Amino acid sequence: MDFNLTPEQEAFRAEVRAWLSTNLPPDWASRPTTDIPRVEMYDLGRIWQRKLYEAGLLGITWPKEYGGCGLTWMEELIFHEELVLHKAPPPLNILGLGMAGPTIIAYGTEEQKRRYVQKILTGEEIWCQGYSEPNAGSDLASLQTRAVRDGDHYVVNGQKVWTSLAHIADWMMLLARTDPRAPKHKGITYFLLDMHSPGVTVRPLRQLTGDAEFNEVFLENVRIPASSILGELNQGWQVGITTLMYERLALGFGLQTRFQIALEATLGLAKRMRRNGGTAAQDPVMRQKLAQLVIDNAVFKYTGARAITRLLKGEMPGPEASAGKIWWCDRHQALQDVAQEVLGPYAQVGKGSPWAVDQGIWQYSFLRSRANSIEGGTTEIQRNIVGERVLGLPKD
Amino acid sequence: MDFGFSQEQDLLRQTARSFLEKECPSTFVRRMMEDPSGTIDEFWAKLAELGWLGLIYPEAYGGVGLGFVDLTVVLEEMGRAVMPGPYFSTVLLGGLALAEAGSEVQKQAWLPKIATGEARVTLALTEESARWDAEGIQLGAKPTKDGGHVLSGTKLFVPDGHAADLLVVAARTAKPTKQDAHHGVSLFLVPAETKGVKTALLPTMDQTRKLAEVTLSRVEVGPEALLGPADEGWTPLARVLDRATVALCAEMCGGAQKVLDMSTEYAKVRVAFGKPIGAYQAVKHKCADMLVAVENAKSITYYAAWAVDEGVAEAPLATSMAKAYVSDAYRKVAGDGIQLHGGIGFTWEHDLHLYFKRAKGSEVAFGDATLHRERVAQLINL
Repeated sequence: MDFNLTPEQEAFRAEVRAWLSTNLPPDWASRPTTDIPRVEMYDLGRIWQRKLYEAGLLGITWPKEYGGCGLTWMEELIFHEELVLHKAPPPLNILGLGMAGPTIIAYGTEEQKRRYVQKILTGEEIWCQGYSEPNAGSDLASLQTRAVRDGDHYVVNGQKVWTSLAHIADWMMLLARTDPRAPKHKGITYFLLDMHSPGVTVRPLRQLTGDAEFNEVFLENVRIPASSILGELNQGWQVGITTLMYERLALGFGLQTRFQIALEATLGLAKRMRRNGGTAAQDPVMRQKLAQLVIDNAVFKYTGARAITRLLKGEMPGPEASAGKIWWCDRHQALQDVAQEVLGPYAQVGKGSPWAVDQGIWQYSFLRSRANSIEGGTTEIQRNIVGERVLGLPKD
Repeated sequence: MDFGFSQEQDLLRQTARSFLEKECPSTFVRRMMEDPSGTIDEFWAKLAELGWLGLIYPEAYGGVGLGFVDLTVVLEEMGRAVMPGPYFSTVLLGGLALAEAGSEVQKQAWLPKIATGEARVTLALTEESARWDAEGIQLGAKPTKDGGHVLSGTKLFVPDGHAADLLVVAARTAKPTKQDAHHGVSLFLVPAETKGVKTALLPTMDQTRKLAEVTLSRVEVGPEALLGPADEGWTPLARVLDRATVALCAEMCGGAQKVLDMSTEYAKVRVAFGKPIGAYQAVKHKCADMLVAVENAKSITYYAAWAVDEGVAEAPLATSMAKAYVSDAYRKVAGDGIQLHGGIGFTWEHDLHLYFKRAKGSEVAFGDATLHRERVAQLINL
C-alpha cells in the first residue's frame, strides 16, 4: 500500500497543473461553481474540450493510434484531481468521452475506430445515448425500437427518451431490436446512428430544473448502413453493458471530481452564510453535516483508488467499484440538501434577483441532483446488480 | 500509487483466518465471555508463537518489525472472529504507548515481555467525565521529594484494566496553559501490584471485551515510572490514540464483513413465500447497502492505516474520518444483519449479537462518530 506517485507521475501532475493554470477560461474563476455543464455553458464546453485535446489531456487511457495518450488510469486520476483543484469546467462531449469512445475502442472495427474516436476527443462530433424508451427504462432489455434489414441498410422505427444532449448531438449510441423472436436480451443490436439522418426528430423535454438538457428522439424509417453496427448483429446487449461498465469506471473519476467541486463550494458557502448570529459553519449541527460530507468525499476517493489499483494490476473491478454509483447518488443528493439548509430562506431566491446567492446556481444544482438516482440506471436497479452479481443473491 | 495488499499481506490474512477459525470459533468466544480475563494462557501463548503480540514492535525489542498495514490485516481477521482477550489493550494501547514514549530502558524492560506473552499491559486514560481529550485527564500526580510521584484518582472504561500486569496511567501534572490545552499531561508506568492500585471488572454489554474501573489511592511511583516527557505526555499519547483508533476501525471492518457474509448466506437459503428471501428486493437492497457500507469502511480505514503508518500530516484527519464512518457503518450493518435473520437473529444462540454488541462497544471507544465529525470540522478549519 503506497499513495506516493512515481517521479514520472509527479512530472505529469506538474505538467497538467502548469497547463491548467495558464489556460483556464479567463472569467471562469469568478463564475459560481457548478458540477455539470449547463445549457448556457455548451459553447464554452466545446471550446474548452478542444483546448484540452490539443494539450494532449483527453483520452488519457485511450490508444495513441486513435488520438489518445496511451497512459494508465493513474494519469487519468491525476488529471481529474487537477481539474478539481483548478475548478475547471467540464468538457462538452461527456457521453462521447465516457461511453462511446471506450466502447468503440473495445468493440469497433479498425475502420470504425479510425472514423469515430478522434472526433470524440476533439469534440467535433458530440454523442448521445439512445438506450431508454418510454416503455423501457430500468427494464432496458424490453426496448421496442425496431431495426429491419433492407439491402445494405437497416430501417429503424421507434422512440427514445431522456436522451441527454440529443439536441446538439451528431451521433447516437443506439440500441434497437433486430430479432423480435429471440429472448429479449438476445435480439438487440448496437448501432452508431448519424443524428443528421432523415427521419430523426429531436424534441426537447423541459426538466424540473427548467432547463431542457434532455430530449425525446423519434426515429421514423431512419436508414442506417449495416456497416454502422458496433460488435455483432444481435449482440448489442453485451456491447451496451460494456458501455455501462465504462460509464461506471470512467465516470467514477468524474463523479468524484464533481462531488469534490460541489463539496468545496458548499464548505465555502457555509463560511459565508449567516446562521443564529454566526456563520453556518460555526453552527454545531451544521458542522456535523458538513463534516459528514467531507468524510463521504474521502470515502468516495479511496474506494475509487482501490478500484484503480485493481485495474492497474490488470484485475477486474471488485465489489468496491459497484458500490460507487449507489453511494454517490445518495451522498450527492445529501450534499445538495445540506447546501439548501445552509442557504436557509435564501435558497428560495433565484436567478435575476440581487438577493440570489451565487446567481441562484444552488437551486439548479439541488433540483438537478434528483436525477442522479435515476439516470444511468436507477439506484434500485444498481442495488439489484450489486445484490445479484456481487453478492450472488437469487434473481426475483 | 498502490492501494492494495501485497502478496505477503494476503498470505498473512489467510494464515490469520485459518488460525482463528480453528482456535477461536464462537464456542471459544462464548467461553471467554464468561471468563473474567477474557483469554486463557494456552491461547495467549499461541498468539505469541505466531508473532502477533510483537507484530509491529522493532526486532530489537523482540518484535517482528512489521508495519501498521500488516497489523491492519491481522486485526480485520480478529474482528471477523470477535476475538476476545486483552490483545488490543496490550498491543495497541499499553504496548504502543511504551514503544512510542518509552526510554531505552523502559522499552527493553517491557516490549520483549509483551511479545513473548509474559506481560499484559493497558492504558488507563478515560475518567468519569468520559472525555477522550487532554482536558479529560484529571487524575492527579503530585511530585515527591525523591523525584517520584503520588497518583490519586479513578480511571474508568479501562480496557482489560483488571487483568493487566502493567498500567500506563495518564495523569495530570500541571494545568493546561492558555497557549496549549494539551499541556500538563504525563504518563506513568504503574505495575498492577503496586500498593494502592485497585481494579474492578465492569459488567459490559460487549462481554468479549472487558472494561475495568481502576482506582489509585495514593499510589507512589519512583522517577523511573515516568513514561515520556513530563507535562508533554499528550504528544506521544495522541499518536498512540490515533493508531489505536485506526486499528479498531480495522477490527470493525472485519466484523462488519462477517455480518454481511452471514446475512448474504442466510438470504440465499432461508425460504419464505416459496422463494429464498434474498430474491426479494426488500432483502436484496438491504444486502447491497450493507456491501456499500462495508466496502466504504474498508477504503477509508486502509487509507487511515497507510496515513498513520507513514506519519503523513493528514494522519489525524484520516483517523477521524475513518472512525466517524466506520462507527456508523458497523452499528448499522450489525443491526441490519439481525433484521435480515428475523427471530433467529435475536436469539442468544445465534452469533449475531456478539457482532452487534462489539459494534456498539467499538463505536463509543476513542470517540463516536459525532465526536470525530467535529474533529474533522476542526482539522479542516471549518
